[in-house]
Amino acid sequence: MRQIIKLQDVWKTYKMGNIEVNALQGLELDVKEGEFLAIMGPSGSGKSTAVNMIGCLDVPTKGKITLEQHDISKLSESELAQIRGRKIGFIFQQFNLIPTLTALENVMLPMIFQGVDEEKRKERAAMLLGLVELGDRTNHKPTELSGGQQQRVAIARALANNPDVIIADEPTGNLDSKTGAIVLDFLQKLHKKERKTIVMVTHDASLVKVAERVEFLKDGKIVKSLRR
Amino acid sequence: MIKDYFKVGIDNLFHRKLRSWLTMVGIFIGIAAVVGLISLGQGMKEAIGNVFLNIGADKLVVQAKSGLQFAGPPGTSAASNLTTHDMDVIKRVNGVEQVGARLIKPVKLEFSNEVKFYFAASMPDDDEGRELVTDVNRYETEAGRLLKRGDKFKAFIGSNVANKGIFRKRVELGNTIKINDAEFEVVGILKKSGNPQQDRVVIIPEDTMRQVLKIDRKKVDVIAVQVQKGVDANKVADDIERAMRRDRDLELGKEDFQISTPQQILETLDTILTMVEIVLIGIAAISLLVGGIGIANTMYTAVVERTKEIGIMKSIGAQNKDILLIFVIESGLLGLAGGAIGIVFGIGLSKLVEYLAFAFLGTSLIKAFFPWYLIVGSLVFSFLIGTISGFFPARQAASLKPVDALRYE
Repeated sequence: MRQIIKLQDVWKTYKMGNIEVNALQGLELDVKEGEFLAIMGPSGSGKSTAVNMIGCLDVPTKGKITLEQHDISKLSESELAQIRGRKIGFIFQQFNLIPTLTALENVMLPMIFQGVDEEKRKERAAMLLGLVELGDRTNHKPTELSGGQQQRVAIARALANNPDVIIADEPTGNLDSKTGAIVLDFLQKLHKKERKTIVMVTHDASLVKVAERVEFLKDGKIVKSLRR
Repeated sequence: MIKDYFKVGIDNLFHRKLRSWLTMVGIFIGIAAVVGLISLGQGMKEAIGNVFLNIGADKLVVQAKSGLQFAGPPGTSAASNLTTHDMDVIKRVNGVEQVGARLIKPVKLEFSNEVKFYFAASMPDDDEGRELVTDVNRYETEAGRLLKRGDKFKAFIGSNVANKGIFRKRVELGNTIKINDAEFEVVGILKKSGNPQQDRVVIIPEDTMRQVLKIDRKKVDVIAVQVQKGVDANKVADDIERAMRRDRDLELGKEDFQISTPQQILETLDTILTMVEIVLIGIAAISLLVGGIGIANTMYTAVVERTKEIGIMKSIGAQNKDILLIFVIESGLLGLAGGAIGIVFGIGLSKLVEYLAFAFLGTSLIKAFFPWYLIVGSLVFSFLIGTISGFFPARQAASLKPVDALRYE
């Protein structure tokens, strides 16, 4: 399997007042094309920081991150934004939909930044909402949708620009177990049917059963790997 | 893409209706003031221009020099030093077709037991002089007639004098008015001209005026000059000035008289109006500045409020320039909307002033005038104020780090 993201000796240091906190301490991680990877760890283990690096939302203090042969620590902010827009889809614990926009407009938004024209945007957004079984909710604002529905809109939005990698940061963290299971089901479908690479961060051991590989993170380092 | 940002901007403004309205008020007051003032100023220039246009470029007016040109009715601003001798001097200048003299004097005016202190002007007794003065002032009667040869103790009056502008009672044709206790019969009432000065005249024959007011036979206040056809009026004006200077033995620049062409008077008025306009617009500009600061303040608040949203947009592929554009367009729209409302109010305001001026002052000189460039210019300007005010908040929004912005609650 082709390697899509590679982290080599990645350090991330935050300054909190006068104290320096090392969120990542020499993290080594490979993500292969088409795999379903879960990153597990207790809170404060650095898993969110790690996933931000993988998703090009943040750059390391030290170390190297390669995304399809690009060293992202050398890219400018707008180049990073373009990569995020085209190659990566995010699903957040808080859903992070824009409250003033309808479900359809939220799904269309990533395509605006890629310059897709309106007709195509509408068509694709409607298709994606159909895929997550929200075809009848296109004109609802996020506040008019349940948590599970909002997260499905977020999944549709993550797919808007047909990215290679989907990053899900605690995707079921704000959902009850039943709706969480539905969301997880969609992620699995994406992996199996659409052959998307999925990186999921969680602290919930029950979720990792869907993953092919689990990396355990503690103190900013991988402490255990599990392949299934 | 830009089109989408406009849509996003409009959505956001509607989402915060009250705040958007309050922010727009600043711009709207400023633009309303600017539009109102410019439209009235332009309208006034236009109206005055029309008045002078019809007099023609071939007439000159000679009068005693005063500090302020055109501060009052001709001849009233300085004690006159012109005489019939000057008329003879002017008549001999090449290119002069005709001269006519006028007296303009303060008088005690009485009608129906009401006494007012007022001005009366004379009409030459010779036919040519009368014609010239009628031409220069564009006298037209509404009722009755102007003065004619042989008239004594007859008068014609401006429409304002007739229509209770001076006296409580309406002055009718055939009524008697008293000037310095001498009785005059009103034989004519002028059409309303819209020029307040013109609408307030009381005009009597020259000879009678000299007799009643005991004015020296040689003294005159204003000399009107008709220039021959095909001759440059400005050159004739120069020649008259030289001839009078020589006659009075005065040095260049020390003249105690002045010669004006209608164009010069128009230009002077124009300059004064422009100065007044600039001062007023300067005041309105302060309101625009305050409005701009209001927009900047609102946008800074919006950036803080929408930090998370900015983070979301960045995480799904928005570049810094996209965020910058979204915010700048939004603040530009705030300015534009404020400007549009301001234009509507400004038009209403100047139309109201126009109406009030006509209804209460009886002048049609105050005319609201809305050239297309005023409307388009105001819209562009208000959009620009919006974008400029929004630029720094927008830059702050654009420079937020995606991770930090996402974490913001």
